[in-house]
Amino acid sequence: MPDPSTDEPLLNTADERKTASANADLLPTSPLGRVVAPLRNAWRVLTAMRTALLLLFLLAIAAIPGALLPQRSLNQGKVVDYIAENGKLGEIYDKLQLYDVFSSWWFTAIYALLFVSLVGCLTPRTFELIRQLRTPPPPAPRNLQRLPHHAVYTTPQAPKDAAREVQGQVKGWRKVRRDGDGRVEGAIEISAERGYLREVGNIVFHFALLALLIMFAAGKFVYQEGMRVIVADQASPAFCNTTPSAYDSFRAGLLVDGTSLTPFCVKVEDFAADYLTNGQAEMFTSNIRYSKEVKATDPQTWEQYRLRVNEPLRINGARVYLQGHGYAPTFTVTFPNGESRTDTQHWQPNDLATFLSSGIMRFDPPSGMYPDLAERRTKQIAIQGLFAPSAQFNGSLLGSRFPAMQDPAVAIDIYEGDAGLDSGRPSSIFSLEQDLIDSGQLEKRARVNLKPGESTTLPDGTQVRFDGAKEFVNLQISRDPTQVWVGVASLIMIAALTLSLLVKRRRIWARVIDDGQGGSRVVVGGLARTDRAGWGKEFDAIRSRLVSGPEEKDTGLGQTVDTQNDGPVGGAKPGGSGKDDVR
Amino acid sequence: MITHTFAQQGMGGLPINQTLSTYSDYAYFTSFGLYVLALCAALAYYAGYRVQKMPNAEARELVGAGAQGPVLTESHSVTDTGDENAASAWGARWAKLSYLFVAVGCVFQIASLILRGVATERPPWGNMYEFISVSCALGILFGLITLRKPALRVAWPFVLVPVLLLMFFGGTKLYSQAAPVVPALKSFWLPIHVSVVSVGCGIFLISGMASVMYLIRVWQPRGQEHGFFAGLARPLPTADVLDRLAYRMAVIGFPLFGVGILLGAVWAETAWGRFWGWDPKETTSFVAWMLYAGYLHARATSGWGAKKAAWINIAGFVMFLFNLFFINIVVSGLHSYAGLN
Repeated sequence: MPDPSTDEPLLNTADERKTASANADLLPTSPLGRVVAPLRNAWRVLTAMRTALLLLFLLAIAAIPGALLPQRSLNQGKVVDYIAENGKLGEIYDKLQLYDVFSSWWFTAIYALLFVSLVGCLTPRTFELIRQLRTPPPPAPRNLQRLPHHAVYTTPQAPKDAAREVQGQVKGWRKVRRDGDGRVEGAIEISAERGYLREVGNIVFHFALLALLIMFAAGKFVYQEGMRVIVADQASPAFCNTTPSAYDSFRAGLLVDGTSLTPFCVKVEDFAADYLTNGQAEMFTSNIRYSKEVKATDPQTWEQYRLRVNEPLRINGARVYLQGHGYAPTFTVTFPNGESRTDTQHWQPNDLATFLSSGIMRFDPPSGMYPDLAERRTKQIAIQGLFAPSAQFNGSLLGSRFPAMQDPAVAIDIYEGDAGLDSGRPSSIFSLEQDLIDSGQLEKRARVNLKPGESTTLPDGTQVRFDGAKEFVNLQISRDPTQVWVGVASLIMIAALTLSLLVKRRRIWARVIDDGQGGSRVVVGGLARTDRAGWGKEFDAIRSRLVSGPEEKDTGLGQTVDTQNDGPVGGAKPGGSGKDDVR
Repeated sequence: MITHTFAQQGMGGLPINQTLSTYSDYAYFTSFGLYVLALCAALAYYAGYRVQKMPNAEARELVGAGAQGPVLTESHSVTDTGDENAASAWGARWAKLSYLFVAVGCVFQIASLILRGVATERPPWGNMYEFISVSCALGILFGLITLRKPALRVAWPFVLVPVLLLMFFGGTKLYSQAAPVVPALKSFWLPIHVSVVSVGCGIFLISGMASVMYLIRVWQPRGQEHGFFAGLARPLPTADVLDRLAYRMAVIGFPLFGVGILLGAVWAETAWGRFWGWDPKETTSFVAWMLYAGYLHARATSGWGAKKAAWINIAGFVMFLFNLFFINIVVSGLHSYAGLN
């Protein structure tokens, strides 16, 4: 069923017509033709509207697994779990890059093809628009009564005056008046058209979309994003954005070599989490100080900022976010020789409702104690366990009843032996290596629950004391120079889209014929070139104004019952208006 | 590495005005009841539909403006065919009653939302229950605006059934106590982003239902209704009217939804540290937007056919609902504010 709307697709019908005729004249006659023909055909197929539409749907479908399956870019751990749970299927998915949908070759391929297709559609459309803008509206078709909207009226006015009257009704339209040189001899013909901005909006929208996609892709080459945990305490040192190695984790685009990070320093002074009585978080706030350059001045002289969720700090294009928080317990180990070591280490929140956290702590014995390095390595102290900000014991099992620190406690295992501190292997900072425990290199010496200030003594006299805990913040520092351009492109995109959907392309023709008695007979025809909705009323309004004359605007034909139907009752095919687009 | 973010921290609630929140719930039940009554009245009208004799097409009344001025001798205008004014020959009272119930129900639903907003001192769209209620109220509101033409009175059951289903599901399974929102939602952007998206949702509801009716009408053309579903199809307006309604709504919804996504990106940049991260919600919104873009193009492209376009429009709305339910409830992402835990 042909669409009754004359709305023009992105690739206009002229082009499709060209394709059709091209197929006819492309019988490869010359060797060059044989080479060029398939290429040209491929290009035409690729830039056809249908293909663009298909690619659009393919892109939409291709994105779906990205929403349903865990993605490496979002959460590595979930992907690992998923593959473990689903066995063979999980591995097949991995081969198909279903965990990296948005960087997979097939997603990129669809994206790139759609891109080329868009360019191929847009370029001819742009030239066509420029051509249209430079040529006057086409002359009136010979038979205006065949148009889906038309009216005929007689008026005692002379043709020239009647024509002026018509021109007055299409003020602001693009008009051309042909006095006798139109299709019908001896008649004054007026062609008027409006709504060129629709196509302008349409083309600008698509170009802005392209710009957005390019900027988005470029962002993937130049972005940088680092995470750093900082204990929220006056005593902890300032963090300076000098090198990627200053971060706990750092991700960046291919073009970032890490030598030109935005120079600045931040110092975290405190952190406060406000909770409702039921444990729901109300707000997280961290007071920080920052300097816009890397310098060794006293942080107390730096500028202050209240960092909150939804309120990042922006420094010269870099953005500092408060992205997470947790607890960092402090332990002091007093070795048998009386020397002690104190350390504070951030632990991982396991339960985000209660902030029950887990982690480890590792201590090297003082260097003087064991002259033999190998022996010293077997005397390291390792602590592994749970931390509860508001302890709730179920027997001796530690749980937490509230996320804020009201009554902290730890439940820990204390080990002695090789804690893997100097093994050089990459290892988790939240759990001890199970191999070391299984092989006996680390031996469990105690399992205790401790409150702040409490301590336990190991068989060899080493004392382990839990001193309490501090809060830590997890800062994310990001930079993406392209994002402002993505924003600009999307603003233009929305503005142009609105323009293209609001403006309607309309054409009106009028033919004024001298009736031989000093009066005239006027034939008016109208055509909605896009989006017919509402056009009937618009046309009727213009007609009514013409017929009623300027001085009697309110009377006249406003109430004309004009329900004539061309087609079968129901008018699903209103006259096949597409056919009537006589140009 | 710390793998959690603030966005995922717990829900619940306390510092709210309990009385107002209770009144809000009552208003919600009342509007639900009124919609049920409206549905009954609308069904009565639907079931009793009698095709009205169209005014004689040839009996066109041409009024001249007197001998002195111009005289119209012929006029023809096919776009607005008058199909939209074809009412049932029977039961106009039921249609009016239904409209009245819907209107009053909508007032109650809006009151319910305002009360909740006042009770919690925040915009009343912070969890799924509230979002569904806002979207339904807006869908109904757009229905009240766009379904006034006599021929479209029969569309009400198609709007009320999904709205009642959504409201039932929202008010039972997804219901959450009035409560403050988590820190990640405490933003200037919450009222803007979510409201724009729910306006889009309301508009797409009407558009999608119009396409459903369109497909039924095309399947069972006027005067040739057959089989078990003949009764369902007979009262429907002409295909053209339905197609135009679907398109008009989608044309408004599409840029609005686009703005909603972009505002979401702006908010994500301040809240999550990046403007676009292919979070499941973002991805599915992208897919839904693409489908609507496809619908607008397909409808404008000769050769694709209005029927296929209608299917795409429905697919867009299904994707929208999928985004609302499946993504929020089953897939965990940064947008998990359902308030179900």
